[in-house]
Amino acid sequence: MRKLLTPLSLAMALGATSAAQALEGDARAGQQVATTCIACHQTDGGGMHIANGQSWPRLAGLDAAYLYKQLRDIKAGSRQSPVMMPFVSMLDDRQMRDVAVYYSQLPATAGKGGEQAGAEDLAHGEKLATVGDWERYIVPCQSCHGPGNQGVGSHFPALAGQHAGYIADQLRAWKNGTRDNDPLHLMLAIAERMDERDIRAVSLWLSRQPAK
Amino acid sequence: MKTLNLSKLSAALAVGLLSLNAAAGEVRFPVDMPKPKDGQLVHVPPTMEDLEKSSLHPELKRVIRRGYDLFMNTQQLRGKNVFNNMNCSSCHMGEGRLPYAGPVWPAAVVLPDYRPKNDHVNNLEERIAGCFSYSMNGTPPEYGSDDMLALAAYHQWLAKGVEMYPSAPIYGRGYPRLPDPQQKPDQARGKQVYEAKCSICHGSDGAGLVQNGKVVFPAVWGDQSYNWGAGISRHFTLAAFVKHNMPLGQRGTLSDQEAWDVAYYIDTRERPQDPRYTGDVKETRARYEATFHKHTSYGLTVNGKLLGDHANTGEKPFLKPEVLRPRTFTAE
Repeated sequence: MRKLLTPLSLAMALGATSAAQALEGDARAGQQVATTCIACHQTDGGGMHIANGQSWPRLAGLDAAYLYKQLRDIKAGSRQSPVMMPFVSMLDDRQMRDVAVYYSQLPATAGKGGEQAGAEDLAHGEKLATVGDWERYIVPCQSCHGPGNQGVGSHFPALAGQHAGYIADQLRAWKNGTRDNDPLHLMLAIAERMDERDIRAVSLWLSRQPAK
Repeated sequence: MKTLNLSKLSAALAVGLLSLNAAAGEVRFPVDMPKPKDGQLVHVPPTMEDLEKSSLHPELKRVIRRGYDLFMNTQQLRGKNVFNNMNCSSCHMGEGRLPYAGPVWPAAVVLPDYRPKNDHVNNLEERIAGCFSYSMNGTPPEYGSDDMLALAAYHQWLAKGVEMYPSAPIYGRGYPRLPDPQQKPDQARGKQVYEAKCSICHGSDGAGLVQNGKVVFPAVWGDQSYNWGAGISRHFTLAAFVKHNMPLGQRGTLSDQEAWDVAYYIDTRERPQDPRYTGDVKETRARYEATFHKHTSYGLTVNGKLLGDHANTGEKPFLKPEVLRPRTFTAE
C-alpha cells in the first residue's frame, strides 16, 4: 500500500494542475459490473434524457472518484435514489471502484433534453452558468465546475453535456433535501436560491454544451 | 442628490430581496448581507445588460465591454501585465459590483485622493496600477493605453449616478473590517479552518487549481499568488474578505475568530517578494511599517522562519514595475 501511495502523492505534488486524487480500480472488472447498469445508463454510458420523467445521467467520462462517492452516498442514504438503491445494494466497495473507473474511461457522450429550448431560457441559463446572479447570491456554475463547466477534479462534476432532465432533478433534490451529499454543501447553498425558471434555464443551457 | 436617492431606493430593493430570502427561514444557507446603516451611501451599480440598453455611444459601450472582459478574465494579460494566477474578479467578486466584496466603483468617485500607501495623490489609473503591481504580481498596462482606459471606463460605468467625492460613508466598501479577534490569531487553528473549509478548492498547498491552462481556483499563497505588498496580505483585509465572501456562496458562515485565524494562517505562508524590497526584508518592513506592513507578517519571524527573506519574485522576471515611483506635483 505504501508503494502505491508514494507515486500518487508525488504525482499530486508535481501536478499543480491536478488536485484530484486518482481512484484505484480495475476498468476491465468494472465492465463486468456494468452489466447491471446498462439497462438505464446504456452501453456507451450515455444514460438517457427522459422528458417528464426521471432522467438517467450520463456517466461516460465523469470523474471516477466522483462516481465512486455517489455510489457510496446512495448506499449510505445521504443521496436518496430509490431507483438506484437496489443496484448499489448489490455492489461491494471493490465493485463500486471498478465500475466507477470503467465509466470514467468511456468517451463522453452528448447531453440531451435542451434541443427545443427557447432563446430566453438559453440566455438566462448561460448567464447563470457563466456570470451568475449575484444579486441573489447565485454564483456562476463555472466558478467551481470549471472552464466550460466540464468538471473539476473529484468534487465538481462535469455539467456540460449532461442531460437537462438529470441536472434539473438534482437541483430540485438539493432543494427538497433528498440530496445532501455535496462537500461543505457548496452546491446546496446555491441550489436553494434557485427557482424553477433558473433550474429549467440552466439545465437546458448546460445540456447543450460540449462535454469535452 | 436626486440620483443618489434613486440609487438608494433600488439598493433598498436589492437588499430587501436578499433579506427576504433569509427571512423565509427555510433555507439552510441564508444570504445574510448586512443592512445599510443610516446615512450610508448605497449604490447598486448598473449591469452589463443596462449598458446595452443605455444611450451611451456604441464605441464607448465597446470599450466598457472590453474593460469588463479584462476585469473578469485578467489572465488574458498573462506574461504581459499579470504574472500569477489571479484575475481582478478573484478578489472583487460579482463583477466588481458586490458590496462587502471589494466593489470597484467607489474608486471612480473617491479618487483622485491621497493614499498613505504610496504617500501621494492617486487617480483611478494609478489605483488600478497598484492592483497589477501587487495583487497580480505584475506590471500595469501603460497609463492611457487601450487596456488601462478600458478598465477605468468599466469602473466609471459601475459608478454611474454617484456623486463625485461623496461625503457619506459608502455601504459595503472594500471588505468592511471585522471587530478585533477575541483571541490572538493562531496558525494551528487557522490551518484547521483552512483544511476544513478552503483546501477543497485552494488545495492544501495553497496553489489553487489550474485546469487545461485556465485558472479555476486562485492561489492563496506561493509563487502564483499575490505578493507581499498586496493589500490582502494584511491580516485584517484577508480576514474580512474571507468572512464576507468565503466559502464561495456561503458568506458569513465562518465565525470572526475563524476568519482571523485562517487569514493569519494564509498570510504567514510565503509568497513573491514585495516589489518595494530594498534587498533587506527588515529594512523594507521598517520603511513601510507605519503605512502598510504593521498589518502583515512580512519581515517577522513566525515559527522560526523570517517571512519574505528571499529574492523570489515568482513568475515575474523583475522586482519593481517602473510605475511604482513617487510623485511630487511640483513643476516638472
